[in-house]
Order: sequence, then C-alpha cells, then structure tokens
Amino acid sequence: MTATSALLARPVAADATPLALEVAGVSHAYGARRALDDVSLRVAAGHFTALLGLNGAGKTTLLSLITRLYDTRHGSISVLGHRVDRAPGEALRRLGVVFQARTLDLDITVMDNLLFHAALHGIAGREARRRAAAVLAEVELADRARDAARKLSGGQMRRVEIARALLHGPRLLVLDEPTVGLDIASKWAILRHVRSLVRERGVAVLWATHLMDEIEADDDVIVLHKGRVLAEGDARSVIAHAGAGDMRNAFAALTGTPGGDA
Amino acid sequence: MSGAVLATTTRSGFRASQYLICLYGIVWREALRFVHQRGRFISALVRPLVWLFIFAAGFRQILGVSIIPPYQTYILYEVYVTPGLMAMVQLFNGMQSSLSMVYDREMGNMRMLLVSPFPRWFLLVSKLLASTAVSILQVYAYLVIADLWGVDIPSWGWLTVLPALILCGFMLGAFGMLLSSLIRQLENFAGVMNFVIFPMFFASTALYPLWQVQQSSPILGDVVRLNPFTYAVELIRFALYLQVSWLSLAVVGAMTLVFTAGAIYAYDPARGLLARKGPA
Repeated sequence: MTATSALLARPVAADATPLALEVAGVSHAYGARRALDDVSLRVAAGHFTALLGLNGAGKTTLLSLITRLYDTRHGSISVLGHRVDRAPGEALRRLGVVFQARTLDLDITVMDNLLFHAALHGIAGREARRRAAAVLAEVELADRARDAARKLSGGQMRRVEIARALLHGPRLLVLDEPTVGLDIASKWAILRHVRSLVRERGVAVLWATHLMDEIEADDDVIVLHKGRVLAEGDARSVIAHAGAGDMRNAFAALTGTPGGDA
Repeated sequence: MSGAVLATTTRSGFRASQYLICLYGIVWREALRFVHQRGRFISALVRPLVWLFIFAAGFRQILGVSIIPPYQTYILYEVYVTPGLMAMVQLFNGMQSSLSMVYDREMGNMRMLLVSPFPRWFLLVSKLLASTAVSILQVYAYLVIADLWGVDIPSWGWLTVLPALILCGFMLGAFGMLLSSLIRQLENFAGVMNFVIFPMFFASTALYPLWQVQQSSPILGDVVRLNPFTYAVELIRFALYLQVSWLSLAVVGAMTLVFTAGAIYAYDPARGLLARKGPA
C-alpha cells in the first residue's frame, strides 16, 4: 500500500460498479519535473466525479493523458474497459472532452464547428445535422447555429463546446475547469446541465476544478495535490476522513494549504 | 437544458466510408477557413506577383537565360522564374499551414483534431492533403495571372503540372508540419522565416539556374544541390513543359516520405516531441 492509497477515504467505485474510467499507477514527467506521481483513481459509470486540485496540481496533465494528447508511459488508463494506449480509437470514441482553453474555430459558424467534430467521429450528412441540431437545442442555442462562433459570449461558447462533446454519444465526459472565466449565471447553468446529463442519461463525468462551491454532497471527489491523489471518495467521506466540517477545510487539511478555493 | 437522447456509439472500428467522411471534414474545414481568411489568399497571390511584375521585369534586362532543359529555346526571365514562384506559393502555404498549427495548438483547436478516435497518422495526412489542396488553388490562381501577363505556358502543361504540384505541396506541407512540432510559441515563427524559409527559397534554382549559381559560387552551388526545394522547383518546371525530371521526382518523393514520417513521429503521443514539452 502506498502513502497515497493510505489516505483514501473510500474507493469511488465498489468492485461491482461498472467503471467509466480507471487510472492505475500513472506517472508523468516533463523532463526532470514530475507532474504526476503514481496516480490511481476510478470514475464510476453514471457518477459525477470532481477532480479537485490547485493550479499546477496535475489536473490538465492527467486529462491530457486520458485524452491521449500525451502517451501514458507509466501505468494504464482505461475508458469503459478500453486501454487508451492499446485501443485509443475505442477509448476516444466513448469519450467527450471539454478542454480548459477555448477550442472552437472562431472563423466558422457554430453549426460548422459541430459538423467538423461529427466528421472527426465518422458521422456525416443528415445524421450529423440531426445530432448537431439536437445537442444545440439541448444547450438552448439552436437559434445561434448560423452565427460565427466568435459572436458568442464566453458562456455560450462553453455551452457549444459541451454540446459538441456530446454529439458522438460518449459515455464519459471529461471537462477541464469548464467554468473558469464565466459569469455566475453561466457557471451554474453549465453545472446544472452537466449534472442533468449524469442524472437523466447516466453519462459519467470527470469535472476538474479548483472551485469548492461546485462540489455537492453526493458527488465523488478526488483530491489531487502536487501530482498525487490525497483522497478519493464521496464528498461526505472525504470531509469526514479529513476531520473537517466542510470541503473547503477538508481540502486545506489534506493539502496543508490555507482555506479558500483551491 | 435537457432534451433529446442521443444514440451511443457501440460498434468497434471504423468503416472505409467513415475514413472518407473524416478526410472530407478536414479538407472542408480547411477550405472554409481559407474562404473566411481572404487576406491569406490575397497575400499568397501578391507575393509571387510582386516577384513576377517587379523583380523579373527588372532582371530580364540583365540576366540572360541560355537554353537549358526543359526549355528548347531562349526564354524570358519571367518564364524562367514562373515555376520557382509556383513552388514559392506552395512553400509559403506550407509554412502558413504550419503557422496555423502552432496557433491552433496555442488556442486549443488542434486538440480537437488530435483527440479524434481516428488514427493519428490518418488525421495528419488528411490535414496535409487539405493544405495541399489549398496550395494548388493558389498556384492556379497565380498561373492565370502569369498567363495574362504574357508568360507562355503550354496548354497541356496546366494539366501535367498537377501531379507535381500535389507531390510538392505534400512535401512542403509535411515539412511545415514537422517544423510546427518543433515550435513552441507563435513568437518563434519569425525565426523560422529567417532561418528556414528565406534560405530555402533563395538557395534554390527558383530565381537562377544552377549553372549560374555554380559559376559565381561553387559552395553555394553545392548548397543549392542539397536543398530539397530545388528539386520541387525543377519537378514543377519540367512537368509544366510536359517532361519528367526523374532525379527531382525521386528526391521530392523521398523527402515527402521523410518529412511525413517525421511529422507523424513528432505528433505521435507515444514517441513524439510534444509530450516532452508539457502543456502548450
């Protein structure tokens, strides 16, 4: 048992629960700088899991490994049972991604952005248009389909990116600090929408964040600090394990950092 | 925000038709961007035209071009530089494409391409094909104006040059893609212009025949011979006059393979250079 696993509050997914994502013993370094150190975590199917950590904790690196932007050199990552290194196509087609940086092509229309994404998943023609219209309607932006992406507000762009991530019907949605830079109304609208995907469709969500107020009591939480997993479990047990009264203080106790948002 | 239930992807692998859909999507997006960025098209056209209208007009009086293959008679300097300027259009397009890849990587757009479930090599080759298609449109637009300016091009040459343009466009696009993997930030791109693009263009047969370069500087002549861009220019030059320069074909073909393999290697998450550099 490693020092990391000794700190676990409770495994996120019991053995019988199907896993949407399994990360086992993953380490990653940029030259001499170690970004992730023996990280293991699990995201249960149909659960909302918050990956909580400070800036520089390794969240973006971990998400880059999950999405195969970088190769996993130490350890393994599986998406719905498909190893990202051995069967990347199978893993990636089951995965929807919203990156921290804006990834819409601003020069083309919202609809063209969605159709391009559909083509990158082998979907074209009427089916692509049908799906694009459906996901746009879901995020209440059907009327902006013909607008150039650059005409949208930050919150609207984010909603289009979430719509795009859902277009190919993934079972796992990975979002890297999706509410950073958004106003309060947009932030909660996006959070509500993503939670509804979990509740109503059973999509598993890995939500990387440093904002404590985005976490609810029923969520699963993984605390990542300096490239290591310090705690993993549902929010209540992580708080209880840290001997704290709330997530803010639990995070401070676990990481040895002052209270406040991570 | 709630509503339609979407079908889940459950099948394994992709059909050939889905590969075509993906390829079409990438080419279509490149074409859309090209249409939206009119400045890019105009500058791609103005650059060789400045050389043709001003530089070549001045040099025709002082630079004689003797009879060298593939030409069968004395030619005007404008005629000589036209293949070089066609290759120049492709060189700059390749670099523009490379610049846009660095920009896309910084802005995040590139990530959406790289997290597609299709094989990474296929995505990169599709992007190269898209960039090549755009460069060919630019070259033909330039050729139309050159023709109106009085540069005489054989009628069949318009057609026979097409395979050469495809190969050269692919080689230069792959070279640009390989470069883009080595450039971390847009700011570094100016260095590429100074240290790669200009030397490649000027130390080639685009502006002067090899024998003239050789006469004035044997060392520069050797550099010109070692420059792959020289062979792209000659491949286009011969194809435009319904001939094949087999040496140029071999060099351009080989360099296309080398640059493409290098670009695929550089963008391969398992072996490439990007993972070692950290998040862009």
